[in-house]
Amino acid sequence: MKMIAKKPESLTGAKYHYCPGCSHGIIHRLVAEAMDELNIREQTIGICPVGCSVLAYDYFNCDMLEAAHGRAPAIATAIKRLLPDRYLFTYQGDGDLASIGMGEIVHASLRGEKITTIFVNNTLYGMTGGQMAPTTLLGQVTTTSPYGRKVEWEGYPAKMCELLSCNEGAAYICRTAVNSPANIIKTKKAIKKAFQIQGQGLGFTLVEVLSTCPTNWGLSPADSLKWMEEHMIPYYPLGEFKVKGE
Amino acid sequence: MARGIVTFSSDRCKACGLCILFCPKQIMGFDKTSINILGYHPVGLIKPEDCNGCGICAMMCPDLVIEVGRE
Amino acid sequence: MQRVLMKGNEAIAEGAIRAGCRGFFGYPITPSSEIAEYMARKMPTIGGVFVQAESELAAINMVYGGAATGARVMTASSGPGISLKQEGISFLAEGELPCLIVDICRGGPGLGGIQPSQADYFQATRGGGHGDYYIIVLAPSSAQEMMDLTMLGFELADKHRTPVMLMAEGTLGNLIEPVLVRDEVTEFVDKPWAITGCLGRQPNIVNTLHMPVEQLQTRNQHLTEKYQAIRSQEIRSEEFLTEDADLILVAYGIMARIAKKAVMNARSLGIKTGLIRPITLWPYPYGVVNKIAQTCKAMVSIEISTTGQMIEDIKLATAGKVPIHYIGEIARTPNPEEITQQLLVIAAKEGLI
Ligand SMILES: Cc1ncc(C[n+]2csc(CCOP(=O)(O)OP(=O)(O)O)c2C)c(N)n1
Ligand code: SF4
Ligand code: SF4
Ligand code: SF4
Repeated sequence: MKMIAKKPESLTGAKYHYCPGCSHGIIHRLVAEAMDELNIREQTIGICPVGCSVLAYDYFNCDMLEAAHGRAPAIATAIKRLLPDRYLFTYQGDGDLASIGMGEIVHASLRGEKITTIFVNNTLYGMTGGQMAPTTLLGQVTTTSPYGRKVEWEGYPAKMCELLSCNEGAAYICRTAVNSPANIIKTKKAIKKAFQIQGQGLGFTLVEVLSTCPTNWGLSPADSLKWMEEHMIPYYPLGEFKVKGE
Repeated sequence: MARGIVTFSSDRCKACGLCILFCPKQIMGFDKTSINILGYHPVGLIKPEDCNGCGICAMMCPDLVIEVGRE
Repeated sequence: MQRVLMKGNEAIAEGAIRAGCRGFFGYPITPSSEIAEYMARKMPTIGGVFVQAESELAAINMVYGGAATGARVMTASSGPGISLKQEGISFLAEGELPCLIVDICRGGPGLGGIQPSQADYFQATRGGGHGDYYIIVLAPSSAQEMMDLTMLGFELADKHRTPVMLMAEGTLGNLIEPVLVRDEVTEFVDKPWAITGCLGRQPNIVNTLHMPVEQLQTRNQHLTEKYQAIRSQEIRSEEFLTEDADLILVAYGIMARIAKKAVMNARSLGIKTGLIRPITLWPYPYGVVNKIAQTCKAMVSIEISTTGQMIEDIKLATAGKVPIHYIGEIARTPNPEEITQQLLVIAAKEGLI
């Protein structure tokens, strides 16, 4: 019998604490599958954020470090500089990366740090109970934008791929989604490509993955995927924003 | 036609239903006769013989419940 | 060993390199910047890493990452920068990651000023960031000690798996003095916990999150025991003419050198004066101060700070046994004669002359 789908070796198999239908689990698996396919598990060091995925150190079957909120790119910078032949990835939510960690991610990309960032955009702060994030869509209701996000009050949602792809140090910037099997396949390809470009030493790499938070969106897992397709993808267009050399 | 063998780690299932939604053969469903350790009715195959082994259910599953093999 | 003229800040940087430090992560701030500048010149020539970070927050988190690989790494800053680093220092303490943090103090609060100051004592000796922790704090008083205590700092950091702070005044950082350059350290402890990629072993994890109550309690109990071990092994202080002294000065860093001269002056005027110089500010030499409080008649804390900070530790150590006086102001190092004048007033008040 040929195995079509099974737990990747780069995951420990520990049960996730995520809510039913939360895309974090899918994205973990895709990162791990990419590591397996490139056979880099034992050379990889992962850094997890503060956010719902803070416990990712229990899930990835490689050396893992848990960062202070937003600081993963700074931590990864030092590790990569000291151990240049290892693969480094940071796994960060949108509050972690685009709000409190905006400085760290912008500068890691400006410096062209040879790391891979998996940026999970679910438009809000999942862990703390659904507050507004820099990525919250206009009109979107969260616990701290109870009247819907308004430009006059909260400004515009952060388009991180667009922003970071301006930086010379960025070698690969891509946005994907996990709302369908086709997009999941594309997401894995992008993550794999990011690791490969990291391995070639071309510069900073980031894959933004549009993700769901059924719990704080107040939607069923199925409706969450639909909401992502109808609301997020139009504002956050998918595709490669930068591929160094291409 | 290829035949799929689907196995479930039912204790991990959170009954999110994403596998059911995306199964092209529409042969998956909640097993209302059992409740797993997490308190959910886990997913099972209603017509295992129709499974084509495409692996889409495992791809959509966030919780590593499903393994798919093909004969 | 070679004796060369060195600035205090350079002695720190050179000492760090000789101690095997191969990662420096910093952000410029007066009066600490020479350390970063020295490292920027040297690190690339010895296979080390120098990164000028985008902020002190980033710098200390780079230290967190660097230390996690098992390498000897450091950062250097001053008051406002140290405040920003407190987030990372708390994480380093909980993650038990050895590293050296240098604070070349300046006056505060706020932006303060760049003149001499010892007003970072509270944040250095009370953990500084959030949570239940301490870090070892070393206070050099000469360019030689800038080098020696830097090297000791790395050793203690590795031995106890803890961040260590070296705290000195800007004056000391800029003071040029002869320094005996120490030999390179060649032996290092094993760090099987380091994050290096799990080739041939089970994955390692560095984390600071402990959600279950018992887990957090066990963790903090472990740290508490570690701090107790540090207290029993690492307290360092110097005594000068304390045996027969009625009046004891307590001062650290550059202030202790000036106070020493004042002790001689006061003795020549007939006041039996002595000096205690804490070298570790945490753990504080409570035992020494307490012992001497049993035989002296009064103590004086001399600090470059207007409110007085170390004086609280002297009070804790002496538990009301003797009266405690204070001499100090911010942004200015008093000269020995000025101190002597004030000691005469104190001595008169205490009936010592
Ligand atoms: C310095 C600091 N500020 C605030 C918090 C509280 N906090 C924890 S997680 C989080 C937001 C996480 O949101 P996001 O990064 O979007 O990840 P998600 O939980 O949605 O996956 C916040 C604000 C913290 N832990 N540390
Ligand atoms: S709160 Fe949202 S992001 Fe967090 S685990 Fe639940 S669904 Fe996922
Ligand atoms: S492998 Fe394909 S056909 Fe079989 S159950 Fe899964 S999704 Fe349905
Ligand atoms: S996708 Fe996974 S967790 Fe969700 S219902 Fe199916 S098997 Fe259960």
